[in-house]
Amino acid sequence: MESIGVLMACPMNTYLEQELERRFNLFKFWTVSDKTQFLKAQQNNIRAVVGNATAGADAELIDALPKLEIVSSFSVGLDKVDMVKCKEKGVRVTNTPDVLTDDVADLAIGLMLAVLRRLCESDRYVRSGKWKKGDYKLTTKVRFTGKTVGIIGLGRIGMAVAKRAEAFSCPINYYSRTEKPNLKYKYYPSVVELASNCHILVVACPLTEETRHIINREVIDALGPKGVLINIGRGPHVDERELVSALVEGRLGGAGLDVFENEPHVPEELFGLENVVLMPHVGSGTVETRKTMADLVLGNLEAHFLNKPLLTPVV
Amino acid sequence: MEACHGHGKEKESQDLPRVLLFKPPPDFHLFGDECFSSNKFKFLKAWESPLPLDQFLKTHAQSVEAILSSGGAPVTAETLRLMPAVRLVMTTSAGLNHIDIAECRRRGITVANTGNVFSEDVADLAVGLLIDLLRNISASDRFVKQWLRPRQAAEGDCYSLGIGSKLGGKRVGIVGLGSIGSLVAKRLDAFGCSISYNSRTKKPSVSYPFYSNVCELAANCDILIICCGLTAETHHMINKQVLSALGKEGVVINIGRGPIIDEQELVRCLVQGEIKGAGLDVFENEPDVPKELLALDNVVLSPHCAIFTWETFKDRQKLVVENLEAFFSNKPLLTKIVDND
Repeated sequence: MESIGVLMACPMNTYLEQELERRFNLFKFWTVSDKTQFLKAQQNNIRAVVGNATAGADAELIDALPKLEIVSSFSVGLDKVDMVKCKEKGVRVTNTPDVLTDDVADLAIGLMLAVLRRLCESDRYVRSGKWKKGDYKLTTKVRFTGKTVGIIGLGRIGMAVAKRAEAFSCPINYYSRTEKPNLKYKYYPSVVELASNCHILVVACPLTEETRHIINREVIDALGPKGVLINIGRGPHVDERELVSALVEGRLGGAGLDVFENEPHVPEELFGLENVVLMPHVGSGTVETRKTMADLVLGNLEAHFLNKPLLTPVV
Repeated sequence: MEACHGHGKEKESQDLPRVLLFKPPPDFHLFGDECFSSNKFKFLKAWESPLPLDQFLKTHAQSVEAILSSGGAPVTAETLRLMPAVRLVMTTSAGLNHIDIAECRRRGITVANTGNVFSEDVADLAVGLLIDLLRNISASDRFVKQWLRPRQAAEGDCYSLGIGSKLGGKRVGIVGLGSIGSLVAKRLDAFGCSISYNSRTKKPSVSYPFYSNVCELAANCDILIICCGLTAETHHMINKQVLSALGKEGVVINIGRGPIIDEQELVRCLVQGEIKGAGLDVFENEPDVPKELLALDNVVLSPHCAIFTWETFKDRQKLVVENLEAFFSNKPLLTKIVDND
């Protein structure tokens, strides 16, 4: 398979890159200065694209690669892949479901605890030497146990978040496109109503045209000055401008954010806020899981080129 | 008429039994002096007097029957000897290491703490410190906010920034399966961890595997969580041998008391990479924290504040007042010390 051309959309994982280089004819898109020229020159060689949450295969790229057979995403979210175009052209698409569910859910809970219990602020307080100088300001830390958690999207990740939060005696409410039968969690038919009925709101749904800016001014107002937003979905789920002004003005109680509208750009207004915890898009970011995800990408590509059933196809 | 009224009130107040406070409890800073107030007792505030403590006690506290202590105000045998009428020592903490329990027993003095009112908050902090440690939450937050660059991420190395270690499937060893330890176990169970424990005695109703010594527990887990109290037996219980058994991939979380861990040894292990990381709410000489730790990204540090939530302060104020009122009405206390296993 060393002659098969694979285009890697952006840097994502050393092990994956090395393995793709070893097994295929790997093209690293980010090292190319004139991308249009490059695509013209290589269009008959590239049969696969490996993308992730940052860069995938949009309509333009798919159109530029007439020999494209498969897009294998190093992510579970497929918002960077033009699925309609892929279906149209018969291009297969795979992602990495299940293997990252636990890590993303763990991070969601970690962010909740970090925001409510001011973990990062406390750590900074000790590191700066302030603890030695005087009493710790005994303010603003809130108990996590028993707080109502509202989950947007009760798929694999949403359910995993619910399961963990339940161990802290948190009542679980949710919003989903359709109500799920036989669940002990309480369903709300709109995000605004969900936000009015929880202390901590978690975004755990896929990014689509419908869910873009699903967290808007109205939802933020409903969540309120004691409410906390946790985003482990995609940056564009949240109207970031509205979020920033709400946090700066104290109209929202706090936020734990792993994703942003224009990564790697993070709004600077958030840097000085102790009720905000910021992560560099590492929901699935553990050594173990990234390796498992990489193996799944490689496994899907090999299966495809050996005419075997794909491991985790979406189309 | 007014004079009589005033005189009556003063007399009433004079009749109220007194509770001795050595130092202002942390609650006073946050909620003001009235947060433990009651119309059934009043406080005698030792710090308001210019007299040194022993003189103050000899002069003013001879008939005082109750002491309200907090961690920063130890109750020693010497102090107790200066207060012949004391029958109750109430502490705002769950920990009892600042009270001379043996002396209290000898004199038949009841000791009451605030029970399990904040066990959940402490358990939540243990889990929070653990996830923070494994997933580099505080390290990433300070990097994104451009405070400090994580040392393991080389310039331009986007691959390793914030990449941590998976929690699910890890083996958790809980040292001390009391109310706090049990709550920690319940939480981490939901994350897919396997739980085992060491305690003074095995718990028959618990299905988690029991290890009779801490070293063996450490050898069989990836994450060691200290949830026990500080006693003569547990002092420096987490020593070189235990940390060595825990190993290079192991991490330790301490929400008990600093002196349970041989801190010098812990620091050495962390600096030399003999254990992978630590999450610490407590230290041997608070508020001093070994300066080597301040420079490490594989530690998460917390200024002994596991119980500092609004809810806990409110709950324990209520409990303290109820216990003191019960004491002075000769009713049973809501919480007394229970001899934990």
